Amino acid sequence: MAEEVVLLDFWPSPFGMRVRIALAEKGIAYEYKEEDLRNKSPLLLEMNPVHKKIPVLIHNGKPVCESLIEVQYIDEVWHDKSPLMPSDPYERAQARFWADFVDKKIYDLGRKIWSTKGEEQEAAKKEFVESLKLLEGELGDKPFFGGEVFGFVDVALVPYYSWFHAYETCGDFSIEAECPKLVAWAKRCMLRESVSRSLPDPQKVHGFVLELKKRFGVE
Amino acid sequence: MAKLKIIVSATSLFCTRIEWALKLKGLEYELTVEDWDKGKSELLLKSNPAHKKVPVLLDDGVAIAESKVILEYIDEKWKGGDLYPLLPQDPYERAQARFWAQFADDKCVFGTWGACCAVDALEKEKAVENALESFAYLEKQIEGKKFFAGDKIGYLDLVAGWIPHWLGVMEETGGIKILDAERFPSLHEWAQNFIKIPLIKECVPPRDFLVNYSIALLSYLRSSALNKP
Repeated sequence: MAEEVVLLDFWPSPFGMRVRIALAEKGIAYEYKEEDLRNKSPLLLEMNPVHKKIPVLIHNGKPVCESLIEVQYIDEVWHDKSPLMPSDPYERAQARFWADFVDKKIYDLGRKIWSTKGEEQEAAKKEFVESLKLLEGELGDKPFFGGEVFGFVDVALVPYYSWFHAYETCGDFSIEAECPKLVAWAKRCMLRESVSRSLPDPQKVHGFVLELKKRFGVE
Repeated sequence: MAKLKIIVSATSLFCTRIEWALKLKGLEYELTVEDWDKGKSELLLKSNPAHKKVPVLLDDGVAIAESKVILEYIDEKWKGGDLYPLLPQDPYERAQARFWAQFADDKCVFGTWGACCAVDALEKEKAVENALESFAYLEKQIEGKKFFAGDKIGYLDLVAGWIPHWLGVMEETGGIKILDAERFPSLHEWAQNFIKIPLIKECVPPRDFLVNYSIALLSYLRSSALNKP
């Protein structure tokens, strides 16, 4: 039976980018459907009734939701090619831990950087940089978080690289100055086609953030 | 010295699920209980520097943190043969179990706790409404099944396992009602079946201990909320 894979997504979403990267790493053909989040499609509402969010991976008609769960699913179903998770249980636990850390910290802090001002923004910037530094420490001297091999944590984090320019401009700071090793890692990831094709232009993302700021009345 | 150690607090619902998992796998372990009055222990700070939270599993000194990550680690390291499986084998079912576990923790635990902490009547009412909506999803998931994992308990039962024992304490001390037997009959029945299991029951903290802790914690949180400028 031919595999039918559909991805409901929204171009600037770092969560969506994770799934795009995973599908590309595995060489899986799929149909990309762009959602208008202010006018969600009946398909999205049917496939993710609980959260009504993208990305949603639909595999042979069955939905999988939540980006890190989708990436693990893709890795498990298409396990013969380019494994994203290590095989050792402890290393797998570390991969899950750090991917979860990215989920707990980066999106919300990043959001605060572009949507707040003054003390709140400064506090967010500080914690954002601290979190990136912790990740940098975890990366160490390895080429990827997965070691020699591009893996789960790399997939979880690298989408935010397309948002760095927006965060830096809104927050008036340099991520590269604070975390040079992490930015070097991101550029290394961008050499992979699966990543470069899945991430939007940072200028485009910045434009999108400016629109959001206007819409939410943030100067 | 036991090879397996869990750094726990005396009351945390996230910690007991680790004990349940180890018992299901037939593994021996030791507990090291944090004394919050003394501040976080050196061992905890060293073992989980990123979050500084319990539970942390120490496997021959090597630390694994985040309760759902620990559960998957335990399931993957001790598997095969007669060993009790926690997660389903099929990738789609695994994705579903992970999805609902995340939902149960994000929406049901924190939704309930938010409703407990709310002081303002309107805020409390809204928080309870949100929590009830989340529990309705869990009710649908358990409908027609004895346990979330099927005939026997599994990963999702362990993650939802706070409901039979801790939820009642939160309801009592927080002045809310969530698990109504009429409104959520399947969930209510599941809770009764779950807590009856001997290895489940023997790990839970004594109820009055939890009640006293909850009262003290809520009182502290409410007074700090009221004292905010």
